[in-house]
Amino acid sequence: MSTTLFQGRLVRLSSENPQIMAEAFSRWNQNSGYARLLDSDPAHLWSANKFKEWLEKDLESTLPANLLFSIRMLDGDKLIGFIAFDGINWTDRDSYVAIGIGEPDLWGRGFGTDAMRLMLRYGFTELNLHRISLTVYAYNPRGIRSYEKCGFKHEGRIREFILRDGRRYDMLHMGILRSDWDQLEKK
Amino acid sequence: MDITNSMYEGRLVRLGPLDHEKDPPVVARWTHDPLLRSVLAGVARPLSPEAVRRLLERVEKQIEETKNLFHFTLRACDDNRLIGLARIFWIDFHNGTGVLNLGVGDASDRRRGYGSDALNLLLRFAFNELNLHRLSVWPGADNLPFIQMVEKAGFEEEARRREASFHDGSYWDVLHLGLLRTKWEKKL
Repeated sequence: MSTTLFQGRLVRLSSENPQIMAEAFSRWNQNSGYARLLDSDPAHLWSANKFKEWLEKDLESTLPANLLFSIRMLDGDKLIGFIAFDGINWTDRDSYVAIGIGEPDLWGRGFGTDAMRLMLRYGFTELNLHRISLTVYAYNPRGIRSYEKCGFKHEGRIREFILRDGRRYDMLHMGILRSDWDQLEKK
Repeated sequence: MDITNSMYEGRLVRLGPLDHEKDPPVVARWTHDPLLRSVLAGVARPLSPEAVRRLLERVEKQIEETKNLFHFTLRACDDNRLIGLARIFWIDFHNGTGVLNLGVGDASDRRRGYGSDALNLLLRFAFNELNLHRLSVWPGADNLPFIQMVEKAGFEEEARRREASFHDGSYWDVLHLGLLRTKWEKKL
């Protein structure tokens, strides 16, 4: 049994009051590059108020389909991002995972990878998931590399899925099975 | 193409609206067949006609509110009886994408060309009316008749999500097949 389920090498997974998380989401979201890496919706300047409303709605469910954590650096406890199981399918024991590091000057330094490794352990050993899935756009090689390092395998490529600046890009599917993860843990 | 041609009339099948009086007992009968779980609710679960009626009302409400979902009943051209259901969902107009699902309810109506005929109508609707750029289907890898049907219509396998579905005591891969508008236009 691990006593540090939520503590990694560089970051810890935490939970914030909706007000704090909502303000962070609204701040990060003003970087359109961040928003376009995160999701296929049109970039939108949502208010902190709107984020707060959504976060408060999540607090009401008992067997949640979504589980959100904040990511805080161990060094200085700075709030730098979020990671979430969004869409847990309890009968298929499969969930999609989403992650965003909202501070661009901290990109490429291993914080996201560390957080994702914690999330995999949480998903497999605490939620008893059978697999964890994600999608990532072909224009996000830094994300793809990080997911590969965590043990995600490429499962396919959805052609011409997203239209940005007049150009179409593919969306990649990646997945990791509990058995893949067990293999990595043994090493 | 003549703008007054019906988008809803096929050779064997017509696409129609829900009939809240007559359809629920038929759909309720189908909920007893676990093969249709992906078309109906996700998990196999027998429903009463009244439960189905409410489910269908919720679907129509969702269509009205979200505007990213289209729902169809499939009816036999010869006697107009309800033979199946279809929907185009997760429509993202901004990127021109959507996902399609359809099912024929009674085992005796399967393998008779109704599905393929309905699929052709739905593709025309998705590309010519919704103006989508691409369409996806997400069948379980064990659903061979459906996979063969969509491959005949031009869909190609794009992703295989390993062991992403659990039913009947085993894990099954889930396929993502896609059809691009350019390929559909060439096949016409």
